[in-house]
Amino acid sequence: MYKLLLCLRYLRTRYIALASIISVTLGVATMIVVNSVMAGFSTEMRERIHGLLADVVIETNSLDGVPDAEEHLALVRQAAGDYIESMTTTVEVYGMLSFQYHGQWITRPVTLIGIDPGEKAKVGPLKDFLQSYRPTIVDGRMTEPAQRSMDVPPGWTLTESAQEYRQWWIERQQMMIHGLGEEDDSLPTPLVPGESVTPPFKGEDPGPPIFDEFPNSNASTDEPGAAQQDDSAVAAPTPADSEPSTPLIADESGPTFAPPQFEPPPFEAEGAPELPDSAGWVGLLDGRLYVGMGLISFPYEDDKGKVQTLMMVKPGDDVKLSTVTSGRPPDTTHFNATVVDVFKSGMSEYDSNLVFCNLEYLQKVRGMVDPSTGVRSITSIQIKLKDETDAKVVVERLQAVFPPGRYSVKTWEQKQGPLLAAVDIESAILNVLLFLIIAVAGFGILAIFYMIVVEKTRDIGILKALGAGSGGIMSIFLSYGLALGIVGSGVGVGIGILFVHYINEIEGFITWITGHKVFDERIYYFPEIPTSINASMVIWVAVGAMTIAVLASILPARRAARLRPVEALRFE
Amino acid sequence: MSQTQTIDPSDVGNRSAVQSVVNKQETVKMPKGQISTVALEKSYFKGQHKIPVLRGVEVAVNEGEFVSIVGQSGSGKSTLLHLIGLLDTPDVGEILMNGDRIDDLPEKSRDQLRNHVFGFIFQFYHLLPELSLLENVMSPLMIRHSLWSFWKQRRAMREQACEIIAKVGLGHRMKHKPSELSGGEMQRAAIARALITKPTVLLADEPTGNLDSDTGGEIMDLLASLNEHDRLTIVMVTHDDSIARQAHRIVRLKEGRIEAVDRAA
Ligand SMILES: Nc1ncnc2c1ncn2[C@@H]1O[C@H](COP(=O)(O)OP(=O)(O)O)[C@@H](O)[C@H]1O
Ligand SMILES: [Mg+2]
Repeated sequence: MYKLLLCLRYLRTRYIALASIISVTLGVATMIVVNSVMAGFSTEMRERIHGLLADVVIETNSLDGVPDAEEHLALVRQAAGDYIESMTTTVEVYGMLSFQYHGQWITRPVTLIGIDPGEKAKVGPLKDFLQSYRPTIVDGRMTEPAQRSMDVPPGWTLTESAQEYRQWWIERQQMMIHGLGEEDDSLPTPLVPGESVTPPFKGEDPGPPIFDEFPNSNASTDEPGAAQQDDSAVAAPTPADSEPSTPLIADESGPTFAPPQFEPPPFEAEGAPELPDSAGWVGLLDGRLYVGMGLISFPYEDDKGKVQTLMMVKPGDDVKLSTVTSGRPPDTTHFNATVVDVFKSGMSEYDSNLVFCNLEYLQKVRGMVDPSTGVRSITSIQIKLKDETDAKVVVERLQAVFPPGRYSVKTWEQKQGPLLAAVDIESAILNVLLFLIIAVAGFGILAIFYMIVVEKTRDIGILKALGAGSGGIMSIFLSYGLALGIVGSGVGVGIGILFVHYINEIEGFITWITGHKVFDERIYYFPEIPTSINASMVIWVAVGAMTIAVLASILPARRAARLRPVEALRFE
Repeated sequence: MSQTQTIDPSDVGNRSAVQSVVNKQETVKMPKGQISTVALEKSYFKGQHKIPVLRGVEVAVNEGEFVSIVGQSGSGKSTLLHLIGLLDTPDVGEILMNGDRIDDLPEKSRDQLRNHVFGFIFQFYHLLPELSLLENVMSPLMIRHSLWSFWKQRRAMREQACEIIAKVGLGHRMKHKPSELSGGEMQRAAIARALITKPTVLLADEPTGNLDSDTGGEIMDLLASLNEHDRLTIVMVTHDDSIARQAHRIVRLKEGRIEAVDRAA
């Protein structure tokens, strides 16, 4: 009984001991914050990676791919069909993306992936990453609804506003050409923006490229505001919407610079009044792309210090792509393609590297279609499983079928292994370091407890004279240590959780004070700091800190217990 | 918990209860308060040097007797008292209670004897500074009982403590901390604390040493009346002859030996 009473009294009267556990408190709070942020980052990142990769990916080791997609799919089905929900074949190859911005050509290395969007959407959440499916959100409020409903399967058509925009710049181009180069009619009329603009200016500084004027008026969104005004003109469903990849197959005119297929001019039916003759060129090129956000945009700070994204290329624009053919020796090849959509997964590694292209066109351009049989080659198969925990089993089964010399079969985690492992190691090291900090705090407790025991020597003697046993004395100090540990880690847990909860507000506040952006979304690609508090982590940290406090009090407690009453009482 | 015995709440601190407790140890059958020492020797070491403090002390204190021990400072009076009260162990010799040896008991039994049989009063009062007067007085009972049994009997114990505090004349100071009390009041509180366990032997080490003569006289009157009315055995250390004379017998210590035993007044 006296143990409890004295322990509580010491807790209330020895503030110095409370000071000694501040370090425990801070350590616990820091550990919780760091772990929550790291966990938030890594879950967010895993989600994004997993979203772009499928559960299991089979890849050929050669960029040339292997012929006959159907045969491969059949093999996969045979080996692990029971586990598989859906599959899609793709072609992955390296390439260069070029587009013109402010009168200069910008070229970026990319990974070009040929996909069938409908099938791809079945193995991963493709739609979530395409900007046309996402509402425009400014400051947490939706300013514009998504341009496409989630019910529509992804395809290679433009949204209405992108169509509008495409029409607009092509008209402008036509006008330029007609206005400036009336005499030079030999110019091929429908052109990729960059290519068409330069010649009429005849080597002079072309000034702001014409297609650029428009986007600047509405820099941060990819939907031109002007489009809204003549809504009536576009009100009818654009016929372009109903023209999927059918023309591609028909068009065998060659992989490079396919002259855009003439498609029924979208507005003719409406009898749109002032459309120039070339309205038909509003039709899209055969190559259709989803381009990673990071490739075609850059963030900047507007005058209010808010980070905005400036799109250099928007859906509806045409760009150039270069890649290699699959022949021996590989040849470079290039083609023009229309940007149909922009995708943003939030993984900068992907967003500034990936370009999705229509599979069939890419196969054609790269010469992956056998001219005699029409059999197409592929470089990878992405598989979605019914239950993703089966991934290991499926990989094993598939490895038996697809020999490692030619193929590699991996789960998405294995594919991103080094990155995920790096994150894990980083968080493990941080945890060890932070725990060492708490352990250092333990030595502080030990020193202060020693002082308290010395200070309380006389009282210990009294208690013993009154009949208290050594065990009882020891347990006073042990439970005192435990109580300090509980208070310390309890407060630490509270501070930590509050900090995590308000981390974005705190970040905002620090940014406001220092005038320096702490968490720059330009670097991290997250609009907010992602966090995830794991209950078992919190409990472990708290229990760990309490254990350290108790361990630190063992030595002083033993010293107290060993004091002989006379010795404790002598010095008066 | 070192104190695990259960005592019927009705006779807490009652002598028969103490007996039953001590009987359990099967060492002391009848703690009547008769104490004797046999050839006690105790020395301390200062580095290599052995400093003999007690060199064969034999005293016997009868039940209900009031004995004072006098001697010069450093003659070993406190050491002797501590040995008797089991706060320390002798190098040579025995301490007997009613004829049974108690100095070689296991640690737990010694703790219990200190709690049940002996009451201590010190020159510097030695109250616990964190506790109020009432809590200080109740502390031996808190040590005796586990949390649970203390909680069950807290009313009875509180009453008992209040009664004893009233008896030493501090009824109006219950909630005060020791730092808010005068020297005399602190010593009364210490006496109350020693009495609450209803001890059979009261060991007092210079109880008036730190008090002015008036206050010291009051304390001595209190001790004398306890000895007279409650038949408490008292062993009191002092270096003041006039105080010592209030006891039945005076044992004179000199350089670790008994110089003389006088019958007082
Ligand atoms: N723990 C100890 N270590 C060393 N010497 C001690 C110790 N306790 C007592 N002494 C010595 O024993 C002698 C007797 O002390 P004590 O019994 O306190 O005398 P007093 O008669 O004044 O009460 C003193 O000389 C003292 O220095
Ligand atoms: Mg002394």
